[in-house]
Amino acid sequence: MFAYIIRRVAYAIPILIGVNVLTFYLFFVVNSPDDMARMHLGQKRVTPEAIEKWKASHGYNKPLLLNRDAEGSGRFTETIFFDKSVRLFAFDFGYSDEGRDIGHDIRQRMLPSLAIAVPALLLGLLVNITFALLMAFFRGTYVDVSGVILCVILMSISGMFYIIGGQYLLAKLFRLMPISGYDVGPDMVRYLVLPVVIGVVSGIGSGSRWYRTFFLEEAGKDYVRTARAKGLSESLVQFRHILRNALIPIVTGVVVVLPLLFMGSLLTESFFAIPGLGSYTIDAIRNQDFAVVRAMVFLGTVLYIIGLILVDITYTIVDPRVRLT
Amino acid sequence: MIKPVILWTDALLFLLTALVVVFIFYARRKPHIRRPWQRIFQGRIAMSSVVILLAFIVIGLLDSLHYRVALEANDAASETHYAIEVLSALDVLTGTLRTREEKSYSAPFATHLYIKENVDLPDGGQARIYPRLEYGGRHLGDGLDDKAADIARRTGLSLLQAVLAGALLSLLLALALARRHGCSSKDMLQRIFTRRTDIPWHIMLLTLTLLLAVIFLVINLASVYHVLGTDKVGKDVLYLSLKSIRTGLLIGTLTTLVMLPFAIFMGIMAGYARGWIDDVVQYIYTTLNSIPGVLLIAAAILMLQVYIANHPELFETTLERSDIRLLFLCIILGITSWTGLCRLLRGESLKLRESEYIQAAVSFGVSHSRIMTRHILPNVMHIVLITVVLDFSGLVLAEAVLSYVGVGVDPTMNSWGNMINGARLEMAREPVVWWSLLSAFLFMFTLVLAANLFSDAVRDAFDPRTVVQRGGK
Repeated sequence: MFAYIIRRVAYAIPILIGVNVLTFYLFFVVNSPDDMARMHLGQKRVTPEAIEKWKASHGYNKPLLLNRDAEGSGRFTETIFFDKSVRLFAFDFGYSDEGRDIGHDIRQRMLPSLAIAVPALLLGLLVNITFALLMAFFRGTYVDVSGVILCVILMSISGMFYIIGGQYLLAKLFRLMPISGYDVGPDMVRYLVLPVVIGVVSGIGSGSRWYRTFFLEEAGKDYVRTARAKGLSESLVQFRHILRNALIPIVTGVVVVLPLLFMGSLLTESFFAIPGLGSYTIDAIRNQDFAVVRAMVFLGTVLYIIGLILVDITYTIVDPRVRLT
Repeated sequence: MIKPVILWTDALLFLLTALVVVFIFYARRKPHIRRPWQRIFQGRIAMSSVVILLAFIVIGLLDSLHYRVALEANDAASETHYAIEVLSALDVLTGTLRTREEKSYSAPFATHLYIKENVDLPDGGQARIYPRLEYGGRHLGDGLDDKAADIARRTGLSLLQAVLAGALLSLLLALALARRHGCSSKDMLQRIFTRRTDIPWHIMLLTLTLLLAVIFLVINLASVYHVLGTDKVGKDVLYLSLKSIRTGLLIGTLTTLVMLPFAIFMGIMAGYARGWIDDVVQYIYTTLNSIPGVLLIAAAILMLQVYIANHPELFETTLERSDIRLLFLCIILGITSWTGLCRLLRGESLKLRESEYIQAAVSFGVSHSRIMTRHILPNVMHIVLITVVLDFSGLVLAEAVLSYVGVGVDPTMNSWGNMINGARLEMAREPVVWWSLLSAFLFMFTLVLAANLFSDAVRDAFDPRTVVQRGGK
């Protein structure tokens, strides 16, 4: 098990190198730092001195890959590639184009992201499993059919409509809670209710329809028929046999997204003005802050790979038949 | 004089349409391909979504026939110049919908502007009133009290027209079917409406009649009112929504067209060749898959923006610029979404290469490339088809989100994402401007729902697992 985890972490290294090379290519080769400077300073009448100054203040005034002026190992470390890409491996994100410490910002903004994402995930899981169980229990009847149709209808609505509609109905029309904002302390709940509720509702359609297929798949297996044949009550079959086994794909599906919860949700956070990592990313994209986007790409990749490793470990826990070698 | 304009996306869209038509003719002669399609055609929900999807596709294709009008020359000798504005066949069909611009916001069916303005009175004074709209309800003149009656009359007329057209279509269909089946058309009509036909024609006719009702309503009402209101600069929202259809369709289809060759080639290669090729392909798709999709798209589009900003000379009109951006968006979306299909195809090819008929082909000395194209490719096509159809609705929805984030289509382009993005501020106004959001919602929801229902039917018909389940019951 331990050796397996070590090996998986080692596999992650070439992937991270690949991601880094790709982002490096996108951000520094497709457009040179000169282009970027011109973009930030405005298109017209930019003096070469201004470009040089902008590049120097943001650390883009070094050669891309190989510094011929430097001595020894400096030939490789005194470059943009080393400064901006290799350092990410040590989680040294450097400074944003506005001059803020990205690492500090990320640590600050993780908590608000989690404060929304974790309750939304747990509550959503509960609601989706309940609906899916209900549909699977009444499979083939009108409850099931209309449930599935409702799910498809809910799935066909863009997440943005849920957010705008929810904000309008619950916050503006009925004045149940503030439209947007964030606060620490006891007031936090007031601000969190609406985004969490909308997060859960917008996920019901796809979530419960997906879980329903897991339940139906389990319900068709032989051991379920055996359980019924030996005279177990239907509720016992549903909860002890089907639910427990269908939970395996559900749990692993949840575990893979767990690390990514840190990244927050782009839409929810920006609509509700929550100072999390999602709104941080959106602001960076809108302000064309390339340093932050680069940092977030790297962070997202690391978290995704951690999620994959966690899934493998979870499999050995929830399904004893799986052995990692 | 007009000059046709063929944008990159237009060309690709028509190429795709041609491919689909060729495939239909090819599939008609192959019973094993026809069978699952026949099952789809027997579904009632699937067929009514097909009717709706076709309507969207026709609008999208019409909107892809672009042209520029020649400007009137000052003297006969000078060469003709063309207007900078690129129009499409849809603009011709929608008539004056494009040109009837008001000053600013006006509600659906309104006769007055939604916001107060200072207006000079005839007697010399000034007043702050809701000014009369220039076009909305102009035919009413001063008789504004007749508005409700006028709308009711036009609605009634449209419904009557729709019912008549529906009846006419039923008759024509019955005649055509009667000729093919060799029975009397009265018999056929009876069979259609007592649901004794293989294909659920009655449902299709019903959907078509409803669709016609909407079309006639639009024709009769939109010519004199702003049915869905006007936006901030006074453009008709219905027109904007109609123009957005093409964007949505393009994102949903071109992305797939772009990614398919990669996904199929790499997936089958990896699964069939194994060894180091498999390792390389797996490495590529794991790496691409590890990057959160939105961020990769954002990074790529940001870089494209820098490139476009630094090379303004490459694009003749704004439409060409936004067109390139749309195409590039499709490519980027394709790069982020081909990995799933590639993985599925690799797995299936790994399985197929061990099967007896492939081993037989190998022992007969059939070349590897021939085995891959003639023996493996046709047997993984169902996976390709299911993925393509399932991805469509997700891509249409993704466009809205990406446009909101600021890395979607060009802000000057008509798209539902841009409409929703604008509606965000409108919803915060007092009083609320709700109709842009509602229109984007209605159009998007209809398209995505139809696509979802259709894709479910396709998956049920082509996925071997569900077929086996049904056969076992």
